[in-house]
Amino acid sequence: MRVVVDFDLCESNAVCMQIVPEVFEVRDDDFLYILNETPGEELRDKVEEAVQRCPKQAISLAEG
Amino acid sequence: MQRIAIVGASLAGLRAAQELRRRGFTGNVRLIGADPELPYDRPPLSKQVLAGEWEPARAMLIDRKALRSDDIEISTGTAVTSLDLGGRRLSTEHESIDYDGLVIATGARPRRLPTATPAGVHELRTLADARSLVADLSDGPQTIVVVGAGFIGAEVAATCRSQGHRVTIVEVAPVPMERAVGAEMGAVMADLHRRHGVDVRLGVAVDQFVGDERVAGVELGDGSTLEADVVVVGIGVVPNTEWLEGSGLVLDNGVVCDATLLAAPGVVAAGDVARWPNLLFDETMRIEHWDNAGDQAAAAARRLLATGAEAQAFTPVPWFWSDQYDRKVQVAGRTNDADEVVVAHGAVDEGRFVALYRRGERLAGAFGMNRPRHVISSRALIAERGSFAEAIDRLTD
Repeated sequence: MRVVVDFDLCESNAVCMQIVPEVFEVRDDDFLYILNETPGEELRDKVEEAVQRCPKQAISLAEG
Repeated sequence: MQRIAIVGASLAGLRAAQELRRRGFTGNVRLIGADPELPYDRPPLSKQVLAGEWEPARAMLIDRKALRSDDIEISTGTAVTSLDLGGRRLSTEHESIDYDGLVIATGARPRRLPTATPAGVHELRTLADARSLVADLSDGPQTIVVVGAGFIGAEVAATCRSQGHRVTIVEVAPVPMERAVGAEMGAVMADLHRRHGVDVRLGVAVDQFVGDERVAGVELGDGSTLEADVVVVGIGVVPNTEWLEGSGLVLDNGVVCDATLLAAPGVVAAGDVARWPNLLFDETMRIEHWDNAGDQAAAAARRLLATGAEAQAFTPVPWFWSDQYDRKVQVAGRTNDADEVVVAHGAVDEGRFVALYRRGERLAGAFGMNRPRHVISSRALIAERGSFAEAIDRLTD
């Protein structure tokens, strides 16, 4: 599983950061940073939740 | 449970269907919606779509292929007209649909003024509404009156002003967005619009529209008349529950559910239509925001699949965002019935700050302008029933 963020859509709402802080972080500069592009399977449920709850629908998952 | 019917095919309905599949439900999932479109996202309608930056089609949440791959059967343009609760059966104009489990996600529709509305008076809820409004605004800068400064009104005003239109907001309350953010932050929003050149008329109602075939103006309760080429009315929504009258479900400004979102045996509700006691706040609420629609729908789907002992109360911290001009407004928790509202981080003048809402000793809500990270951390604290004092401490660090 690889986390893909469309940064043209992302507006740093930080919802993803609340759901999976292991993977997403919005820093003081208001930009989103991906801490781990290939999180382990144990985080799949949470990452999928972040994908669905992103207000801008800016996150997707690629397999592999 | 073999057949689950979901009435309402917008965000909540779609997320309920997807959650059923995610949780391994292998029976029939049928999504039935009155809107002729496949499920689409509403937030862009008052922003990117209205601004002409997006083709309306870009707001679609899913296509038929993806629905098929999840084995979700969908009927669009199909209004469900009644529910036989005991017989577990729905009726549409053309057929009866038997179900074992039911998700009610029929949402809400715009409240309307009790006055005649000539052409050029719009509301903005559906993709069709957005297309019609965009078409009406395509003729260069125009004079626009926005009736109602709630969420939709404020966003429409900001988008239209940014497009170069002349915009007046008419709001009967003393400040914009009062219901969503309270009086203090509402006043901040009024300033924001005024600084961008919007004429903000507060504490005044609309009497009637001027113009027969096509709107030409708006007569206000204070005797004045505003010129208008286009009017957008956004004065709140009413939950779509008429089809449930007489069904035996309890209806009271929405479908009344228990704390786990169950409205009756085998029946759950989610999204704008659902009213439930949120135990985190000891408050019965009905939430009209995007994040709740999806989150609550997923919880409702899990509730439907749960046996009694597994059922969990749905206790979210509501959260919403609104983009107006270059400001990102985000609100977490509850802003109503606050004992105190304090700017705890940043400064209002700088357009980058967080205000906190206190109820008793507890942190009840947070309002952020261009401060997403801080709102999210406050949201987490609200979920932990954190104290107001600790919230202030964290933000002033």
